[in-house]
Amino acid sequence: MIDIKNISKWYGSFKVLSDCSSHVDQKEVVVVCGPSGSGKSTLIKCVNGLEPIQQGNIIVDGADVTAKGTNLTELRARIGMVFQHFELYPHMTVRNNLCLAQEKVLKRSCDEAVSRAELFLDRVGLSEHIDKHPGQLSGGQQQRVAIARSLVMDPIVMLFDEPTSALDPEMINEVLDVMVELAEDGMTMMVVTHEMGFAKKVADRVIFMDEGSIVEDRSTEEFFGNPESDRAKDFLSKILNH
Amino acid sequence: MTDFDFNVIWMSLPFLWEGLQLSLWLTFLAVIGGIVLGTLLALARLSGIVPLALVAAGYVNLIRSVPLILVIFWFYFLVPLVLGRPVGSFYSALIAFVLFEAAYYSEIIRAGIQSVARGQKFAGQSTGLNYWQIQRYVILPQAFRNMIPILVTQGIILFQDTSLVFVVSLRDFMTASSIVARTEGRLVEMYVFAAIVYFVICFTGSMLVRRMKDRMAT
Repeated sequence: MIDIKNISKWYGSFKVLSDCSSHVDQKEVVVVCGPSGSGKSTLIKCVNGLEPIQQGNIIVDGADVTAKGTNLTELRARIGMVFQHFELYPHMTVRNNLCLAQEKVLKRSCDEAVSRAELFLDRVGLSEHIDKHPGQLSGGQQQRVAIARSLVMDPIVMLFDEPTSALDPEMINEVLDVMVELAEDGMTMMVVTHEMGFAKKVADRVIFMDEGSIVEDRSTEEFFGNPESDRAKDFLSKILNH
Repeated sequence: MTDFDFNVIWMSLPFLWEGLQLSLWLTFLAVIGGIVLGTLLALARLSGIVPLALVAAGYVNLIRSVPLILVIFWFYFLVPLVLGRPVGSFYSALIAFVLFEAAYYSEIIRAGIQSVARGQKFAGQSTGLNYWQIQRYVILPQAFRNMIPILVTQGIILFQDTSLVFVVSLRDFMTASSIVARTEGRLVEMYVFAAIVYFVICFTGSMLVRRMKDRMAT
């Protein structure tokens, strides 16, 4: 589904990604973790072309994200993405947040878009908030709306870029619950997160990054049970001690 | 001041009203045109397409380095040359105002666009919206909401600047007041009255801006 082949990326002369390769198969859940500044958020933003790369290729569903001829907007419409800071449109109601791309990109009628919006809002448990603005919702609720905004587009894969790290602790679980449910429904997911409990519960594989490189890329049991590199051991000991 | 003649103001009100209408109409059209063209200039400068950004930046810097009155003159003489026929003082002045104000508006709008969080663009892109859809539905509505007070302030300045159109013999409010002042020999009355009218209109506008800012702050 996602094939990342030897990608490198520079900000000016600073190399943020260095020869990274990995893949995400259909219905697979892959967690990307690592210390801050390791390039994990940059990596996931490259997958749908939000960040350009200078070397390598990324193939999503058979289309090369990095090739010039690729219709990126058309491809992105099929790749859902959830951001650290939600990025709901603050000037629109929840309803319009969920309908905008359905109507403008998928050319669905207003009625059809609204009924799908209602369906997915119900799935994330927020039906009664459809007429509110994002500012009237809690962080956890906003992130669940953001997940619904991606799901209404019927994505073939969902990308999560630190979906819980801007949330107050008591709101993290309501978002993780939605993500676990999504994973159990068979959604293909690539998730940048520090939530190791989530990784243990639903991830098929864990990618560990440090200083722009992929240091480990192994099954979840292997990663947590027997991490190979010292850097991963160090990272896990710091993050799991509490 | 003891012989202040209110009657001359009263008698000339219809004539002055025509002038004021021209001033307001010119302001209105120039604000609309200036914002539309200014938005395009701002988008060009932020486009990341180097030649386009350079042309837009060059235009903005050129216009901002030239007095408005000169631009009005230019277009009074230039537009008929380019079109091969006279377009009249009003339209040449309107074109001059739109092109001049667009340079100022574009700087305001550019700052407004940059004030919208970068993640908003990512959110739009990630759902498959194209560049124009993202601008139209996501970025510009938020940018303009932040900018309205300063756009109105710029409009008030523009309204005052319309008094310069006398150089192409347009009869705006200021010119109409002048004409009455000279033909009736009532300079004090007319210029005091003109000042009061400008003050009332501009001050009302400023109060409006202040109220909007207060409302937005809460």
